[in-house]
Amino acid sequence: MLSEREKRKLGREKLQRIIETCKSVDGRSLDPFLVDVKENIDTVKKYFPEWKVPEDLCLDAETIHQLASVIKLQSEWVKHRSTTLYADPFLLDEKIRRMGRVDLVRTFIEVWHPIVELEQISIQSLAEALRYWESLTPLSGRWSQMAPEEVASSIATREELVNERILRDKAFSQELESFWQELKERVEKEGEKGKMRYEAFVYAETYDETASRAFMTSFLVTYGYATLEIHPLEEETFIVPYERPMVKTGDKQLVSIPIALSLEGWQEWRRGRTG
Amino acid sequence: MSKRKAYYASKLKRATHMLFYKRHRKPGVKGWELRKALGSDYPKVLRILDDYLKPLDLQVKTIFDEEIRVEKPTQEQLDKARFLIELRGELTPRETKMIDWRIDDLAGLAIAIAYIISKKGKSPRKEVEELLREKLPGWKVGINVDRYVRYGYLAQDENQQLYLDWRTRAEVDEKALVDLLLRTEP
Repeated sequence: MLSEREKRKLGREKLQRIIETCKSVDGRSLDPFLVDVKENIDTVKKYFPEWKVPEDLCLDAETIHQLASVIKLQSEWVKHRSTTLYADPFLLDEKIRRMGRVDLVRTFIEVWHPIVELEQISIQSLAEALRYWESLTPLSGRWSQMAPEEVASSIATREELVNERILRDKAFSQELESFWQELKERVEKEGEKGKMRYEAFVYAETYDETASRAFMTSFLVTYGYATLEIHPLEEETFIVPYERPMVKTGDKQLVSIPIALSLEGWQEWRRGRTG
Repeated sequence: MSKRKAYYASKLKRATHMLFYKRHRKPGVKGWELRKALGSDYPKVLRILDDYLKPLDLQVKTIFDEEIRVEKPTQEQLDKARFLIELRGELTPRETKMIDWRIDDLAGLAIAIAYIISKKGKSPRKEVEELLREKLPGWKVGINVDRYVRYGYLAQDENQQLYLDWRTRAEVDEKALVDLLLRTEP
């Protein structure tokens, strides 16, 4: 009677062998029907309950993947045999090994129709090339034009870097916190049932500011300060702030939600406000 | 000359220029390029050109994007296809020399193509080279296979597997080659 450990070891070896066989069939163009897919699937099934660690599960997935590749090869093999191009490979191999060079070439040129293609310069293109050459500035002249300007260097102040948007005037976490507070306040004033329309919160007086608010909102959602409520049929998206940041736990898969932020959409919103 | 005739005569000229002269790295012109230059009735212009080329032993060949044979192509398939001019009939062995093919190199190409067809369109490079080495000097084998790949007759993937590439599909009647080889008495 094998112990659990020994059973797992044997199972791993068997799966490795299946993977190697499948790979050699694919790599060396062997007959894919040499692989008994049903028997191998039974082996994979038999050992599946034994796998506990991710490495073993990956090995299991890789085996299934390789077997699927063999099934694909089997289907291609059947298709190829049913086409008019099918010829016994051994017979063809034997023929080409036995034929002399001259006979081979004679046979080949009966079925070879080389492409016709010309390369020729015309008098017009020569004339055009000459005109171009005449108008071309000599390299020495072009390099002198491209000499780099001398710029006086000095130390930039923090304010200048903030103005150039290289540095932010607040740390990002502080900025996110105050943005979250703003969301909570606005939901309390303008929202309904603890939520407000995404556009109502994100859209601002300028498009640049709108883009920046959308960027910050995406971080509010990612870091658990708020969540999105999407009503696909009504094509409405609401933003719901949390009272305290939620820590994402459990094995739930995170999803990305793309929200279009078009210039036209923003202009329409502005027109609606001003008009 | 009637207006209609003059219309097609000018289109024929334009199509001839486009198809005969080298425009891209790969020979030929895409369907969408022809549609842009000749208008939507470019397939008709190409049919007329093909008739003109018949007595000269040349033809307009259509290479579709897919490897499968297309009987009645749609507009989209035609736009994606590549059109080129090729020899309609056959060359004589002496003529092959004029187009820069030595008999050894051409025999090697024929063997490589036939062998890959016999292996369902895919074969390890090593096997093709071994076969070529039986009749070609060893130092030449690798150079020749590289040349076939460079010209577009064969393609090679990262696993050193060789496949038939676009130029073989364009220039070689694969079915006829297999039939001829099987019929030949060594």
